[in-house]
Amino acid sequence: MKINLKVWRQANTQSKGDFKDYTVNEVSEDMSFLEMFDVLNEELVRKGEEPVAFDHDCREGICGMCSMYINGRAHGPEQGTTTCQLHMRHFKDGETVVVEPWRAQAFPVLKDLVVDRSAFDRIIQSGGFISVNTGNAVDANSLPVPKHNAELSFDAAACIGCGACVAACKNASAMLFVSAKVSQLALLPQGQPERYNRVQAMVHQMDLEGFGNCTNTGACEAECPKEISISNIARMNRDFMVAKIAE
Amino acid sequence: MATVQGGLFRSSIGRKYFMALSGLFLCLFLVVHLAGNLQLFKDDGGKAFNMYTWFMTHNPLIKFISYANYAIILLHVIDGILLSKHNRKARPVKYYKVDQSKSSTWSSRNMGILGTIILIFLVIHMRSFWFEMHFGNVPVLEYDNDGVQYKDLFTVVDAAFGQLWYVLLYVISMFALAFHLYHGFQSGFQSLGINHPRYNALIKGVGTFAFAILIPALFAAMPLYFFLK
Repeated sequence: MKINLKVWRQANTQSKGDFKDYTVNEVSEDMSFLEMFDVLNEELVRKGEEPVAFDHDCREGICGMCSMYINGRAHGPEQGTTTCQLHMRHFKDGETVVVEPWRAQAFPVLKDLVVDRSAFDRIIQSGGFISVNTGNAVDANSLPVPKHNAELSFDAAACIGCGACVAACKNASAMLFVSAKVSQLALLPQGQPERYNRVQAMVHQMDLEGFGNCTNTGACEAECPKEISISNIARMNRDFMVAKIAE
Repeated sequence: MATVQGGLFRSSIGRKYFMALSGLFLCLFLVVHLAGNLQLFKDDGGKAFNMYTWFMTHNPLIKFISYANYAIILLHVIDGILLSKHNRKARPVKYYKVDQSKSSTWSSRNMGILGTIILIFLVIHMRSFWFEMHFGNVPVLEYDNDGVQYKDLFTVVDAAFGQLWYVLLYVISMFALAFHLYHGFQSGFQSLGINHPRYNALIKGVGTFAFAILIPALFAAMPLYFFLK
């Protein structure tokens, strides 16, 4: 199949970018969206042009590196899917596909479709951990965790930090990401000692990074490749309130 | 882990609490306002309604609540403007192509526009009735020789609702209110952290049927009733 691409090209953070049109011939419907870009890039290299820079790593939907805002949606049209797991069979032959980087004040474009997501790292550094002395690994199940909490915590921990929530949110809010990281620890006994300090520290850092505010549209939840629930945002709101009242 | 404290109103979540609490208070106000004004439908030449307005303007507790209500409306508006400005700044470069139709409701994405329509409506609404009641020349009358001079607001309402443009303004504004509350009511609970699989359907149901359908429909029925009478 043939795919027409309208791709955002930008040399670096300072430069002004623009869209460029490409046509990729002989695209197999079994290719992933990233493999289609590989084909495009090989062609560009052959022609002596600069290949399109894009983030990718595991290519099996678990690392959170790939991004791309495809035809107006984060990670493209499929639900619960990263860009590397999006296959070309979901597009029509001859279709024009618009590909843009994540757009957010807190995610500056580094080059073409690559954005700097280190704001997420700084949020984790501010409190997304538990303080423990290292030592021998404790025996499994030595600390009782209710089954229900274990499940909820695991669901929250499925977040791969790709930033699709920020990209999809009309306010470029990072609350789904932050709430998932707050929740996964708030639901476990190991997370309790620092629970209320953690939520304040992480929300504070999130605000400093310049993310927008949550207006509960639910777009993040709908576009999240790991289908993280906005009930985590409610949990973060609850914990933040308890923290402020107890302060 | 560094300790971070203070600045509730400066934090993103803190501002959401104010938005949610003020919004839910205003929902409560709508219920009371509607309940009182349903007396407009009573076929008694406005006696019940005029006695009710006399009570509402002479009871000190109601007076206090009404001023608190004006303050909360202002808080909701100012907080909304601040949040919108902040949110706009969070995405300085817009997308070329956006398709949010599959991930969120139209009303949830347009709360600011809907709120602005409601605010414009409120200014006109207050000018027509609140201002007239307090500073205008409203005729007075007496009921049952009880010695009380009742202002005949009913006649003012009757006259206002006889104008087509005014009726249309009300009906359009009530549509805006309906869509605003369709998202706003349930959103308020989410902002306050009230989200539980057992009660989410109830919150959404009350928000949809009571606040997005029943209340705006009954409010819109008032000008229509007087216009068509």
